[in-house]
Amino acid sequence: MSTATQLSSAKPSARPSGSAKKAKRHWGTHLFLTMMAVIWLVPLLWSIYTALRPKESTDANGYFSFAGPFNFQNFIDAWNQAGLVKYLFNSAIITIPTVLITLFLASMMAFAVSRVSWKFNISLLILFTAGNLLPPQVLAAPLFEIFKHIELPYSVSASGSLLNTYISVIAVNTAFQIGFCTFVLSNYMKALSPDLTEAALVDGAGIWRQYWSIIMPLCRPALAALATLEVIFIYNDYFWPLLFIQSGDLLPITAGINNLQGQFLSNYNLIAAGAIITVLPTLVIYLLLQRQFVAGLTLGSSKG
Amino acid sequence: MPVEASKAPPTKRKPRKLKRLSRRDVLVLSLMVGIPTLVELLLVWGPTLLSIALSFTRWNGLDLSDLKPAGVENYQFIAQDYPPFWPAVGHNLLWLLFLGVIGTPLGLLLAVLLDQKIKGSRIYQSIFFAPVMLSMALIGIIWQLFYNRDSGLLNFLLGTAGTPQAIDWFGDSNVNIWAAMVAATWRHAGYVMILYLAGLKGVDGTLREAAALDGANARQTFFRVVFPAMRPVNIIIVVITIIESLRAFDVVWVINQGKNGLELLSALVIQNLVGEGQVIGVGSALAVILLVISLVPIVWYLVRTFRKENNA
Repeated sequence: MSTATQLSSAKPSARPSGSAKKAKRHWGTHLFLTMMAVIWLVPLLWSIYTALRPKESTDANGYFSFAGPFNFQNFIDAWNQAGLVKYLFNSAIITIPTVLITLFLASMMAFAVSRVSWKFNISLLILFTAGNLLPPQVLAAPLFEIFKHIELPYSVSASGSLLNTYISVIAVNTAFQIGFCTFVLSNYMKALSPDLTEAALVDGAGIWRQYWSIIMPLCRPALAALATLEVIFIYNDYFWPLLFIQSGDLLPITAGINNLQGQFLSNYNLIAAGAIITVLPTLVIYLLLQRQFVAGLTLGSSKG
Repeated sequence: MPVEASKAPPTKRKPRKLKRLSRRDVLVLSLMVGIPTLVELLLVWGPTLLSIALSFTRWNGLDLSDLKPAGVENYQFIAQDYPPFWPAVGHNLLWLLFLGVIGTPLGLLLAVLLDQKIKGSRIYQSIFFAPVMLSMALIGIIWQLFYNRDSGLLNFLLGTAGTPQAIDWFGDSNVNIWAAMVAATWRHAGYVMILYLAGLKGVDGTLREAAALDGANARQTFFRVVFPAMRPVNIIIVVITIIESLRAFDVVWVINQGKNGLELLSALVIQNLVGEGQVIGVGSALAVILLVISLVPIVWYLVRTFRKENNA
């Protein structure tokens, strides 16, 4: 839709497109990006550097010296003394069921609101989507009190209530994440052709068959992306365990690492090592499933 | 975590109507809808409503018989006699401004620079994205090593380490909010970058060509053509920025439990719930204030996202 006048009037201000100019512009971009990347990496590299040095060495030479030796003793100590194994195990007990239950419930909900036409499907979808956007602190007081007042036999819970159990954290994380997963999955399912289930219907397949045998296998890419993303969300969640779990040996690692900070107050070498161990599982997941992870974060938004 | 919007292409035919289903299918379907809805209502919306109810009571959280109606007393107390409240509102606003003016535009800038096929784009991308993999609690700990008064890297780089001029970045109530916001931006910018990178890929290439033909320079093309074309992503980013700044909690809690210069609404809620004297009513009233503020971006986002579907 360009007119001759626009073209000619714009020409003088248009940049020269010589290759020299282009190369120069990219050079500036690289300079800026490299500078930013260095700034971005400093806190991480500093943590690694601190973690690799024995405390005696930093005590003798100061934290800013570049004197050796370097070894993995802090990692070994953090692993053994601080009970990181136990914390990692707790994280797994919380994360794995939460992600599985969330995806199962959310996929059923998403199927119902996207593949069947009925009166309330948009209202329900709004209810779920909005629920995920609330600040968690808004639900904190009632949930804390409800869990405190639900009595459980002491054989099940040492606190005699739902507080201080994995179940409390799993339940709330599940409820909170269902909204997000339902929203993403329903968008994905909407984009699948209605013919898929029409054909199955002619063959006499019921709702469950349509959901489990036809739609779910087709949702595998979305489910993989969401699973990766949810593992990282739940693993990194700090708030719910902080609120519900009081005894240190039940804490997941994200909250446990904070205990470590109180326990080894001035041993920054050990804290740094603990922090790096805490990051490793998410880093491994990210590197292995990078494509799924980014797809999960951007699922839908790229279709706009 | 915030939600990404999507506009699936509208399907030609409408999905199956409910009344054409068999009895058994209706039963299966009600279970499929009922169980997740029950979980959502019991653990998310029920507690939200209870928070509102509790905010009009006085309660120590011990026995239900101690629960006394209090009218708007809690709200009056918060507005008039609760010293950390107004600083917390100010800090939340500052947090929003900081992310909105620095964090989000920085993420956009990184995305735009990485979108022009330059060498090593993937490596840069991974570096900027790395902090998104970390929990905010862990970010608080890592930045502690960087900000620490005596052993932190920053004071060393500034040449103040070991001198009386050394700044305790997380401890000094004049500067710690800025230190915490920088740490939060470190993560936020990477998140925004990845969303915008996806958004930029989705922009129709012919739009840029047309703009180039019209003689627009790179800047004009971006601001007049590409940026407006990314409208769905822009909406998500605005909502994420607002909601993240209202939800900000973990970093300040790790630093000093949201005290001494780091008051935030979210931290005040929790201080009143788990502190020595449990003041459930005041904590709930603070939560309701947080809820009311949050509802503005939430409703705006929902209207934008669902209005079209409803009409279809």
